[in-house]
Amino acid sequence: MSRGKSATPLAKVRGLGASGHGGEHWLAERFTSVALVLLSIWLVAALLMLPDLSQSTLTNFLSRPLGAVPMALFVITAFLHGLHGLKVVVDDYVHEEGNRIASHYFLTMAAIAGASLSLFALASIAFGA
Amino acid sequence: MTSRPDRPLSPHLGIYTWGPHMLVSILHRITGAGLTLAGLAILTWWLMALSGDKEGYELFAFAAGHPVGLVILFGLVWAFWQHLFSGLRHLVLDIGAGYELKTNKFWAVMTIIAAAVMTLVTFFLFMGGVE
Repeated sequence: MSRGKSATPLAKVRGLGASGHGGEHWLAERFTSVALVLLSIWLVAALLMLPDLSQSTLTNFLSRPLGAVPMALFVITAFLHGLHGLKVVVDDYVHEEGNRIASHYFLTMAAIAGASLSLFALASIAFGA
Repeated sequence: MTSRPDRPLSPHLGIYTWGPHMLVSILHRITGAGLTLAGLAILTWWLMALSGDKEGYELFAFAAGHPVGLVILFGLVWAFWQHLFSGLRHLVLDIGAGYELKTNKFWAVMTIIAAAVMTLVTFFLFMGGVE
């Protein structure tokens, strides 16, 4: 990765930092945020366009590719972005290194658990289990 | 991150005059934490209830339609729009634009107004659809 004289501040920190990841975490939070603008507005609009919010209407909607796939992407992206954001909050307020790492670990496990449950539920709706 | 008390410290929050940019900054963090902790928990419950039996979904629907549930959902709808608009503002700030004092203040206020308007629009559209 080029870090020449003309490098921007972001270019200079990429690959560096205490975690060795430098600006990648910062960038990933931005990438997921842009995706979430589209996916979350899709979710709100899609729910508003359904005739009702009954279980049968919603499971029918989520069993079609254009319902299930954006929903799966929304779940993955939202959990990733939420995890990134909460880790930054922890970094700002938890100063003791051991507690900071433990908090990151807990948040990561919770995000993986929540995303896995959501995706499994979505898959069982989509494949009619 | 070890604390190094000898290091020069930046001026603390207390010396600055409170302004809309500071409100939007802390609201972005509060709404983000709320959307993640409460919003994603409810999203998971909703999807699991949808995939399960009729009784499970009826319990979710009862909780969502209960006055307490409606207040929480209303709060989450507001948090969603506030975080979305202040997040868009942050993306502009990230590329180095919008730091002029008047511009910065104007768009900070606009995120609050836009979020309030969209919250009411969204909530009334959803309530209309339920009835």
